[in-house]
Amino acid sequence: MKFPIEDVTVYFPYDHIYPEQYSYMVELKRALDAKGHCLLEMPTGTGKTIALLSLITSYTLSKPQGAIKLIYCTRTVHEMEKTLAELKLLHDYQVKHLGPAAKILAIGLSSRKNLCVNRAVLESANRDSVDAACRRRTASWVRALAAENPDVETCEFYENYERAASGAVLPPGVYTLQDLRAFGKEKGWCPYFLARHMVQLANVVVYSYQYLLDPKVAGIISKEMQKESVVVFDEAHNIDNVCIEALSVSVRRQTLDGASRNISSMEQEIKRFKATDANRLRDEYKRLVNGLALSGNLADSDSWLSNPALPDDILKEAVPGNIRRAEHFLHVLRRLLQYLTVRLDTENVEKESPISFVASINNQAGIDQKTLKFCYDRLHSLMLTLEITDTSEFLHVQTICDFATLVGTYSRGFSIIIEPFDERMPHIPDPVLQLSCHDASLAIKPVFDRFQSVVITSGTLSPIDLYPRLLNFHPVVSRSFKMSLTRDCICPMVLTRGSDQLPVSTKFDMRSDPGVVRNYGKLLVEMVSIVPDGIVCFFVSYSYMDGIINTWNESGILKEIMQHKLVFIETQDVVETTLALDNYRRACDCGRGAVFFSVARGKVAEGIDFDRHYGRLVIMFGVPFQYTLSKILLARLEYLRDTFQIKEGDFLTFDALRQAAQCVGRVIRSKADYGMMIFADKRYSRHDKRSKLPGWILSHLRDAHLNLSTDMALHIAREFLRKMAQPYDKTGSSNKKTLLSQEDLEKMGDSSRDEMFFTHHLELAQKSAVGDVRTPFMLDLKASFQVNL
Amino acid sequence: MASGQVSKRVKFKSSVKDPGTPGRLFLTLERLMFKPNSPNSATKLNMEFKFIKNHRYTKEGSNKAPMLNLTSSQGVSYIFEFESYDDLQVCKECVGKALSKTGETPKPVDTSEVPSEQPSTEELLSRMNMLRENRAWKDDGKRVQKPMLLYFLKKSKKVLDISDFFLYELQKLHKRFVRDGILTEAEFWATRKKLLGANSSKKSKQRTGLKSVMLSDTKPSTDGRTNKVTFTLTPEIVREIFAEKPAVHQAYMELVPKKMSERDFWSKYCRAEYLQHAKSANAAAAAEAEAAEDEELALFLKPDNLLAKETKRKIKCVDPTLDLEADEGDDYTHLPDHGIVRDGSKEITESQRQLHIRTLSQELNRHAAVVLQGTPIDEEQLKDTQTVAEALNQSKHGQDTSNEEADMNANQDRLSRISKMMEIDDLQASSDLPLAPLSIKDPRDYFDSQQASALKTSRDTSIGTDPVKRNLSAGESYASLRDSISLIKTTGLVDPIITPEVAVKVLSVLTHNISSTKYDLGKNPGLSVLDTLPNTIKEELLYHWTSLQELLRHYWSSYPITTTYLYTKVSRLKDAMSKIDSQLQELKESVLSDLRHQVTLLIRPMQQALEAAMQHYDAEMQKRSARSAERSNGYT
Repeated sequence: MKFPIEDVTVYFPYDHIYPEQYSYMVELKRALDAKGHCLLEMPTGTGKTIALLSLITSYTLSKPQGAIKLIYCTRTVHEMEKTLAELKLLHDYQVKHLGPAAKILAIGLSSRKNLCVNRAVLESANRDSVDAACRRRTASWVRALAAENPDVETCEFYENYERAASGAVLPPGVYTLQDLRAFGKEKGWCPYFLARHMVQLANVVVYSYQYLLDPKVAGIISKEMQKESVVVFDEAHNIDNVCIEALSVSVRRQTLDGASRNISSMEQEIKRFKATDANRLRDEYKRLVNGLALSGNLADSDSWLSNPALPDDILKEAVPGNIRRAEHFLHVLRRLLQYLTVRLDTENVEKESPISFVASINNQAGIDQKTLKFCYDRLHSLMLTLEITDTSEFLHVQTICDFATLVGTYSRGFSIIIEPFDERMPHIPDPVLQLSCHDASLAIKPVFDRFQSVVITSGTLSPIDLYPRLLNFHPVVSRSFKMSLTRDCICPMVLTRGSDQLPVSTKFDMRSDPGVVRNYGKLLVEMVSIVPDGIVCFFVSYSYMDGIINTWNESGILKEIMQHKLVFIETQDVVETTLALDNYRRACDCGRGAVFFSVARGKVAEGIDFDRHYGRLVIMFGVPFQYTLSKILLARLEYLRDTFQIKEGDFLTFDALRQAAQCVGRVIRSKADYGMMIFADKRYSRHDKRSKLPGWILSHLRDAHLNLSTDMALHIAREFLRKMAQPYDKTGSSNKKTLLSQEDLEKMGDSSRDEMFFTHHLELAQKSAVGDVRTPFMLDLKASFQVNL
Repeated sequence: MASGQVSKRVKFKSSVKDPGTPGRLFLTLERLMFKPNSPNSATKLNMEFKFIKNHRYTKEGSNKAPMLNLTSSQGVSYIFEFESYDDLQVCKECVGKALSKTGETPKPVDTSEVPSEQPSTEELLSRMNMLRENRAWKDDGKRVQKPMLLYFLKKSKKVLDISDFFLYELQKLHKRFVRDGILTEAEFWATRKKLLGANSSKKSKQRTGLKSVMLSDTKPSTDGRTNKVTFTLTPEIVREIFAEKPAVHQAYMELVPKKMSERDFWSKYCRAEYLQHAKSANAAAAAEAEAAEDEELALFLKPDNLLAKETKRKIKCVDPTLDLEADEGDDYTHLPDHGIVRDGSKEITESQRQLHIRTLSQELNRHAAVVLQGTPIDEEQLKDTQTVAEALNQSKHGQDTSNEEADMNANQDRLSRISKMMEIDDLQASSDLPLAPLSIKDPRDYFDSQQASALKTSRDTSIGTDPVKRNLSAGESYASLRDSISLIKTTGLVDPIITPEVAVKVLSVLTHNISSTKYDLGKNPGLSVLDTLPNTIKEELLYHWTSLQELLRHYWSSYPITTTYLYTKVSRLKDAMSKIDSQLQELKESVLSDLRHQVTLLIRPMQQALEAAMQHYDAEMQKRSARSAERSNGYT
């Protein structure tokens, strides 16, 4: 369908549209018009992504003079694939209706590991070794060598790509990673470098958050993006964590030892070069005198992780004199290592601010702040000069330089924490020196500064006023959308008691209680026998999950569960987890049914959808609080309190509940879908906890469902499933439209278009629904009461 | 006999060699009694038949004395020597009856005695004789026959697993055909047997899936006193172990029986399992120490290379929207020593031990994957470990070759499915054809909702079950045909050739009969057409139907006719069939006119089947006569 929003004609690939999608587009358009940032919360399962993509592509189409580029950031590669699949759908539709004029180029960008098609390179196990294997074949000096000596191995795909030169372009279209690989294979061009090249020309780029947020990567990949771009952070409820992690470094003993070995081998290289090719080092010296800005003109294939600090201000300065000579630089690094080794050798937990830390480095090791700041770039330059291709072996020294640069750059928002051991395992000495970032706005600041519109969107951004504070920006639009439902297709419940009426909780003093474990098990056993297809369970941590599964296994509960459904478990091994997920889907597809055990804050909770029959029920066992005794967390809470006046308890609850909501929200994909959510912990019944849940869940959480025991929950689940299995009218009844057709949109006046739908309909719908469910339920209660008497 | 009691003069013996105590044997359906002739003899017997497990007897014609041997459930045997074979015969029947009667109540008699062997043809025939003799007595007709038949069938339960109702049918058929001489006894049973054989072979073709429950996770049992633990392995468990742990399978193929015995292999395996599952750190250390010494044991404790290879292959064709592994490639935050290590949100992993210890989660995942994949091994192959291992090996070979291609295909399928899955269901008209909502409560709804309008109009004009009649003269229809042809000539064929509305109309008219029948059935949806007919007609119909089926089965199985025996059989059958045909015709004509339509509909398939058989018969006869004529021509 196509419809106008003010001056833009929106092409939307479906025959109908949800009212909230429409309002979402209206708000988004306003933000684009105002060239400002915006913050939009819309429940999962209302087609956020497609609404966003439709509006932005249509917006670009309607303004041919100032074409804007869309940079769409996802948290994970699989979300990237999903987004591109939706974009494909949209693109097909737009090309069909507008002709070739609507053609755009959209690509997904990922690392070499995900894009490489060279079999020899792909043999390597992890990302870093793939990168290194690639560099070994594509680095400029390797290729120069190969030109003389045919025995030197190069990559044919890269050679072909280089030969094609400017002819190597992608025709317009939407390319997923798979498509890129297929295209590369067909043409014989390296898909990775092709994609890197095409990023500048593409209308839509989909890549990971880190390509914008992590300065190590952002410097290379996103350097040349136009200011007119629209940046979208999808599923951005965790964006603050991503930001602070991007700027945090930790140093262990192994790191120091490794770095020391790296330095030794570099020293040897320098000696060798001095003997054979002294000019190279001299050239480098000259280049460094002139400043790093000039050294940027390196071959495409030679660049790698860039400066972890903000690149702009550093590139303008020249490298300090004391580290311009390679040997001197290595001496400085040695001294730094020594200093760190001494600091690491502590028996108590130490906490320090970057300023005092830098001061003490200056005192004891004689390295000043400016020198520290340049460590990373100096190392980068040196490694290029020394023609080091096995970058993966030099990770340790890179870590040290990252650390030095960060500590030299920022004086605020960080703290240095040295711990002799992990509190949870005090018997194992494992000293760590952590430079931890507390201020999420530091990493994202350049993004807000550089691009005219940044859209932060997710299904759970409540409380929505917290995010602008955490990220320190001023949105022109900040809205939270409710969900208008045709029928009550989500059914959240709070389960506070087990089948024996005793409270259940993962509170610290209760979680190992065998009664609680048994009650949780019984709940699941009952549920697997009545819920069809897929069930997902989230636990608060891996260790808790392992413990509970072992107990269930010993007490035979697991066997009972397996009589009804197959069991799959998320483990810390991603490969294993991926296969488990794949099999889980298969089991749901073939009708056998399965249970997936997963962990809140785990990889699965972050981005895997359990929509439709892949998840008819989600059980959240416990409240996923962070480990509150962690020194880093405490430091961060302190920072938040001092800077933003956010109370510790509030933040912890907010964080736990957004994780819980995130886990549970994966169950719905559209309004035709349905699913139940069980929050199995007595603490959810407390108002201060519960109220932190996003509005769209709260609005469906009936008072009667706030304090359930297993048997009551079972009853509700049965009723719910039976109700949902009935056919229904998808468009909703006449007075509350939940599905709009083109005519509906045309009928509506321009004036009240956006505010109209969800004001009172939701309450109405809820009231009527509460009426008919509560009655039998109350009867039940009475009945059980009588039995007790 | 008529009163159900038999008394015979016998000698009671405790063993064959025993000279025996002369006395009288009284048999009723419930119990047997032996009263010795001399009142002072101690060998009295009075027991119920339910304690008798088995009976044997000497065969007529053998030069042994006629004896009956009853074995009680305790294993004690009671031997009675009769004066004549006739006496034995009578008692034999009576015992058989009594045993079959008690046999109907669940008792483990038959299974324990004759576990699975099918009765030999000899036995079958002897029973057949019993059946015939039984019938010959006819003193209490059906009442005697049925228990006998029941007994017979119960005995050979493995062959004939049929319900009582079917038994009754069978009995009726048997009576009709065998007594009337259309079929011989042997013929009758032979075809039946074949039928059952076909059934059972069909059954085995369906592969059963694996159970979801983990079998190999059985805990060792301890006897409590000593430090010994016992593992129990069945072929089923072994299958699971082999399927889930390819390394064990491989080791088995290599080592057994060349290097070590089966028993040694499994005790090594169990030892490894035991060590792995032991919780204490000591046990883990012990495992390491033992593994260092024992090469084979170490094999079980090492990571499974085959599995790793398989995983590597599988991860390549995993759904990209699920691929968590790809994320690692983009994750620059979690470089070693980057990101936040100890903020409590991350888990702490204990330093890896040297040996690979599979966690429970891994085992569960692997198990579920294997269950999903299904097994290539049939239940029949589940005999011993060797066969299981080999069967698995073979199926694996088959898989390996086809894997590459299958992977590619699967990949394509997936990609198309992903794009499909990305669509939001309810925002667009569904791509499937619209379905009538299925409500199991009332099947009539299907027809009503489908063609409510069609029905309504037709019911208005024509009442009840009469088919809709549209009278068209030849001229009219010719004109209409010409019109449409000329239309096609000018405009060409349109796509779709028939407009959906027309198609629906035609379909509704065509199915009108069914639907109207359904509609007129009254309120109870469970009724079938048959139930609307009067009982006598219904029974007659059913009776004809079953007998016809039986006859046809015999008839078609006799082709090609190779012997004169078959020839006569076919002609016998043909006669019987034509008789049924005429009976059917009579039936059709005799029913009331309002039911005639339905009865005709029911009879039609029978008549068609008959007709086909008849035609075939005639054609065959012609061919035969032609051939014989030819031959005779040639000779003369």
